[in-house]
Amino acid sequence: MRDPQLDAAGLLTHLLTLEGLPAELIVRILDTAVPFVSIAERDVKKVPLLRGRSVFNLFFENSTRTRTTFEIAAKRLSADVINLNIGVSSTSKGETLLDTVDNLVAMNADMFVVRHSQSGAPHLIAAHLNRTGNAHVHVVNAGDGRHAHPTQGLLDLFTIRHYKKDFRGLTVAIVGDVLHSRVARSLIHGLTTLGVPEVRVIGPKTLLPTAVRALGVHVHHDMREGLKGCDVVVMLRLQNERMRGALLPSAGEYFKHYGLTPEKLAIAKPDAIVMHPGPMNRGIEIDSAVADGERSVILPQVTFGIAVRMAVMSILAGG
Amino acid sequence: MALPDAEQTFAALVERMRGAVAFDAKFVGIHSGGAWVAERLAQALAGDHPVGYVDVSFYRDDFNSKGLKPEVKRTELPFDVEGATIVLVDDVLYTGRSVRAAINELFDFGRPARIELAVLIDRGGRELPVEPTYAGARLAVARNLSIVLSRGDDGRLALTAEAADA
Repeated sequence: MRDPQLDAAGLLTHLLTLEGLPAELIVRILDTAVPFVSIAERDVKKVPLLRGRSVFNLFFENSTRTRTTFEIAAKRLSADVINLNIGVSSTSKGETLLDTVDNLVAMNADMFVVRHSQSGAPHLIAAHLNRTGNAHVHVVNAGDGRHAHPTQGLLDLFTIRHYKKDFRGLTVAIVGDVLHSRVARSLIHGLTTLGVPEVRVIGPKTLLPTAVRALGVHVHHDMREGLKGCDVVVMLRLQNERMRGALLPSAGEYFKHYGLTPEKLAIAKPDAIVMHPGPMNRGIEIDSAVADGERSVILPQVTFGIAVRMAVMSILAGG
Repeated sequence: MALPDAEQTFAALVERMRGAVAFDAKFVGIHSGGAWVAERLAQALAGDHPVGYVDVSFYRDDFNSKGLKPEVKRTELPFDVEGATIVLVDDVLYTGRSVRAAINELFDFGRPARIELAVLIDRGGRELPVEPTYAGARLAVARNLSIVLSRGDDGRLALTAEAADA
């Protein structure tokens, strides 16, 4: 069966996951994002590329930051943006997901940006659109359950390439709550596709998926061991809201073992960069001295994220 | 088809602009060919001519049918567009659509006092009311051909005719 993200000619029509996406498509998105970065530095922070298109933000799960960055990206492309907070809308009246989608297609939507707590929801919508002859309506996955968050993965890749120039030869460590993290999964797929030779995940056994080695990563439970020789350290947010059962003794205990402090960062390479997808929990997974330190690229990640989302939307809409 | 020598055509363009172009005119080359011509013009002409670059991909009118080309370059205008005299520079002027897109993009940076257009080759076939202020050569070219400017390692310009995309 064909990857539902691609059309018959292999062009990207939806962005659902980085898993299985060819390296040249990922590189094309990253390359396209470069000129979009400079648009934010202009007086008129807008280009007319998606003028007259309607982008619907369908957020079935709360997220202020991701929704805002997609909204800014779409507006800088001159699209019209409609935000639907579905959690408190139609579905609570009993409408099914696909009925909601069909209604919005009838309102001439051009693109859906979908966030859902259930893994696979954006995939379901994309497959439905393809099946009903509406493949001209594009779907961007803005995070689904524990599955994928491809635009976050892409902006992480963009940030790494910006600072490290080349993926070959890099050692990248992803630290913390990998179990609940769609960000980690998308990033791992992207890094391996682009030829990063060593990807490590670091965390307690309770927060690493049992089959994580199948993704081609090295597993470390000792953070000091795992940080040795790293070029890039990606800290993950401890997702307390998703935890069921007692996975951790306490936040203080977690910080002691897996929090990134200046002293632990010193174990990585001297020019290692520190990333975090946000929002961060200071004093739980990252020390303020590191978060605000000179090796932190956490705020540039946010800026690049808008350019990467502009690139994704223009590639999808342009075919 | 027989094409004029690019260096001779460039020399002719310089002659047309000498004395006619404002001493403080800012040159804006349209990527890629126009950028090369703009850089050469800034060297060849007396006066203070800072060079900027536009990539009009985000302003093109064929995005809906053709999408975004794979390699979009950065638009860089290292001067204030507001109130400036701008000379837009392109290698080949054909339909006029790139120039329309470039003018739109310039206005997102400010309101220029004046915009002129300098092109190496004017090949006719306009689809918009756009005319060059300065042209190195005018020639008639069949619709199935596109004229491509290239730049050698030594910086010399060359023109070739290629089969146009359908």
